[in-house]
Parts: sequence; C-alpha cells; structure tokens
Amino acid sequence: MAGMLPSPKAAVLEVQETALLAFRAFRRAFRKPFYVRDILTQMDHVGVGSLTIIMLTGFFTGAVLTLQSASEMSRFGAVGLTGTLVAVSLVRELGPVLGALMVAGRVGSGMASELGSMIVTEQVNAMRALGTDPIKKLVVPRLLATVSMQPLLTVVACSMGIHRGLADAVGILRTSPDLYLNSAWNGLDYYDIAGGLLVKPVFFGAVVAVVSCRCGMRTEGGTRGVGRSTTQAVVVSSLLILVSDYFLTQLILEYSP
Amino acid sequence: MSRAEGDGSRVRVAQAPLIELRNVTKYYGDVRVLDGVSFALHEGQTKIVLGGSGSGKSTMLKLMMGLETPDSGQVLIEGVDLGRAGERQLMRLRPRIGMVFQESALFDSLSVFENVAFRLSEVGTDEDTITDRVREVLGFVGLEDAIDKMPAELSGGMKRRVALARALVSRPAVMLYDEPTAGLDPITSRRINELIIRLRDVRGVSGVFVTHRLRDAFTLASEIAVESGGRVRFIREDGTFCLPHTRFVMLRDGRTIFEGPDEILRRSDDAYIRQFIA
Repeated sequence: MAGMLPSPKAAVLEVQETALLAFRAFRRAFRKPFYVRDILTQMDHVGVGSLTIIMLTGFFTGAVLTLQSASEMSRFGAVGLTGTLVAVSLVRELGPVLGALMVAGRVGSGMASELGSMIVTEQVNAMRALGTDPIKKLVVPRLLATVSMQPLLTVVACSMGIHRGLADAVGILRTSPDLYLNSAWNGLDYYDIAGGLLVKPVFFGAVVAVVSCRCGMRTEGGTRGVGRSTTQAVVVSSLLILVSDYFLTQLILEYSP
Repeated sequence: MSRAEGDGSRVRVAQAPLIELRNVTKYYGDVRVLDGVSFALHEGQTKIVLGGSGSGKSTMLKLMMGLETPDSGQVLIEGVDLGRAGERQLMRLRPRIGMVFQESALFDSLSVFENVAFRLSEVGTDEDTITDRVREVLGFVGLEDAIDKMPAELSGGMKRRVALARALVSRPAVMLYDEPTAGLDPITSRRINELIIRLRDVRGVSGVFVTHRLRDAFTLASEIAVESGGRVRFIREDGTFCLPHTRFVMLRDGRTIFEGPDEILRRSDDAYIRQFIA
C-alpha cells in the first residue's frame, strides 16, 4: 500500500466492497431500529455545519461568473443575458459540483477520520460485540444526513451566487436588477432545477457518504492509517463527483426537451 | 436463563460447552494465525490463554465473540454453530457473552454512563431499569462517582473498569478478557484481577482470560474470593493444590501446546514453556 494506485485486483475488490456497503446501507436505512438521534446529529453536522463554507463558495463563484461573463457579453452587446448565463452555469453545474466538492473536503474527511479512529481503537469491534450493527449505527445516519442535506446546501449555494451576481450586475455593469433577475429566471427550465438542485446533489451526497464511510471502515495500521483513509476519502469522492457529473449531465440532457 | 447471581464456586458441567472451538484455522492474508485449534469452556470454568505476541490469542477471542469468522472449523456458542446461526439466534446469544478489549475500546464520544448503558439502550430497555443497572455495575467496579465523566478524563485503569462494567451490564454468563491488565501498573492490575476473581467466584461468571503476563495468570489460578457478611476476602492457596475451575491453555504459533492446571504447567519440561514461565 505504498502508492495511491492499487493493483487491478485490489481495485476491483474495493469497488465491489464499496458497492456492497452502499447496498447494505440503503437496505438497512428502511429497517428498525431507526437511530433518529444519530441521524439528526449528523444532519446538523453536515447541513448547519457546512453552511458557512457553502455560502462563501456560492458567493464568490457567482461573483467571478458575473465578472467574466459580463466582460464577454458586453463585446456582443448582450449584457442583458448575464443573468441567464450566471444562473444556468450555477444551477446546472457549479452549484452542485463545487458544493459537493466542499462537502467532500469538510464532511467526507471528518467521516473517514472519525470512523477510522473508531476502527483502530477497536470501538467498532466493541460495538459489534455489544450486539449493534455498525453499518446501521454509523453508516446509515451519515448517508441519510448527506443525501438529505446536500440538495438544501446546493440551493443555498446557487441562491447566494445568483444574488451576488445581481449586486455586481447592478453595481458594476449598470444593468437594472429586474433585467438581471428576469433573465436569470427565464434562463432556467424545470429540468435544470430538477437535475441541478435535486438529482445531482442527492447522488453526490450519497457518493461522499458511502466513499468516506468505506475509507474509514477499511482503515488499518494505526494513526497513519487514519491519515491515509482521510486523504483517500477526499480524493476518491472528489474524483467520483467529477466523473459521475459527466454521466449525470448526459442523462439529464437526454431527458430534457 | 441468567445465572450471574448464582453460586459459582461449584463446577457445573453443562451438556454443551458454553464456548467451543472445533479444529479452527484462521488466516490473515497469507499468515496462518490459528492452526487447527480446539478449545472448550464449560459453565463455571475459567481458562487462561497464555502465549507470546502473535501466537493467535486475541484472534481466538474474536472468533469466540463472532467478530471474525474461521477459515475452517467451527465456533459454537452453547452448542449453536455461529457459522450457521441466523441473525435472531445471534441476537439471543450475544448478550450471554461480554468482552473486555485490550485498550478498553470505550466509545470516546459517549459519557461513562452512556458507554455502560449502550447495550441496554440499544435493545430499548426503559430508562429507570437502565439507570439502576448502570449504577449497579459501576458500583461493582467501584466507579459510581465517574458516571458523568467522559472517557478522556479517566485514567487507564478506570477505563478498563468502565469497559468491564459495560460488558457486565447485560449479565453475561461468560466474560472474555483480552489482556485486561496490559499497560497498567501492578497495583491497578491487581485491582482488575480482583474484580475478575470476584466475578468468577462470587457471581459464577465463566471466563476466558488472555494474557502474556504470567503474574496475572498465576494470581488468577491461585486466589479465590470468598464473600462473607457482605465483605469479599481473597484467599491465596500456596501452590499445593489447584483450583478445580481454572485451567491454562498455552498457544504457540497458532497451535495449542499445553492444556491443564497451573501445577502441571509449572512442572512442564517443554523448552518453550520453561522459557515462557521462567
């Protein structure tokens, strides 16, 4: 396990184990007992805890998008379309993807290191010895929390970005706020919203939770192992977010008129 | 069902052993950790598993607890084969066994109370019963005052006692101890050993005690706890006879090389054993 690249056999095995964990977690999510308190704690941690960085992400993404697009648009005399461009880019791609990447960095790393520490200190074994299923108690609440919070965080990020764009459009580009907001609103259709604010965030949220929990649960080799798992969780879930975004976008475009 | 409060000074041999390993082999990767080990623990017995590091002692305990599965052979709890048992059977059997882990393995995000109450709250026991039971077992290990502390605030010995209390809360018939005194000073170790002897002799809890510290092993094999008038006294036998319910098992490279009472172990002329107990 020296390098980051595992052997092909180990990689296939790992994909299988991760898929198996996802399957088990989804199945157990609908079975008693429901750890409501653990789910709420995780939702608070994932949702409320990530609010600041998500707002900042949306804020500056919106700002820079407006600046860049306005300077291009003004060359064609189409400053009025700035709103559309900012809204469509944010809702379709930047909001869900950047939001998920930030959550992977903040929440995914936390999950991997927490579960990893519990593994190396035998707390997970102790839990099993006490008759509790660690997937149910540890993985399911984290999965449900990210899957439910990620769409909300994405909405916050996009809304921050669009409104930040409004400030620049009015302040620097001298367009009217109505023009900007109308063009933003008209630019979006139902499929943009369903795809960008629901399908993608739910999927990315599941990716972050499953990958990070798997990385944490397979930790071995003490404190160093925990560090390695944390890094892997962030790297793998970030990559998977980018790769799956490509395929999800294809799928969404296929279904949109 | 529960005989935790029963008279444990008599040796009662049940029909099926509480725990049985039948010809168990276990690999970690390419390393064979256990090589055809058979083992049985009957009700009322305590077995002390000795062996150097890497001899497969801890793996044996994990197999008994169902935390690992054997590559070949069988693990039976009260006659039920764990490999064939359904989830429901496992749920019934698990509370019968308590385990104390090497480094205590307390849940560090939960308080002492929540740690000890864990198993009871998982099965939905009502609050009052939980509080009573937690106070009772914490009282037994002498840590009632620490009930609201977090594990990080406890010393190593206290953590070990909380771990003992956590395992005892479901009134198990068998306790598995994985090096319960590792890393503790002699006085604290003594205290843990006294608790284990009391559990064995006063409460009749059977046990598997894994260690590489001979001093602890011989303490366990030579002292008995007697309760009279609410006080517990420890009586030391002087090595002339052996406690009938305490047996040694010695592991070497995943194989059992000795099984019997301490007197025979001390007199063994096997070179490895001589070296180990010297």
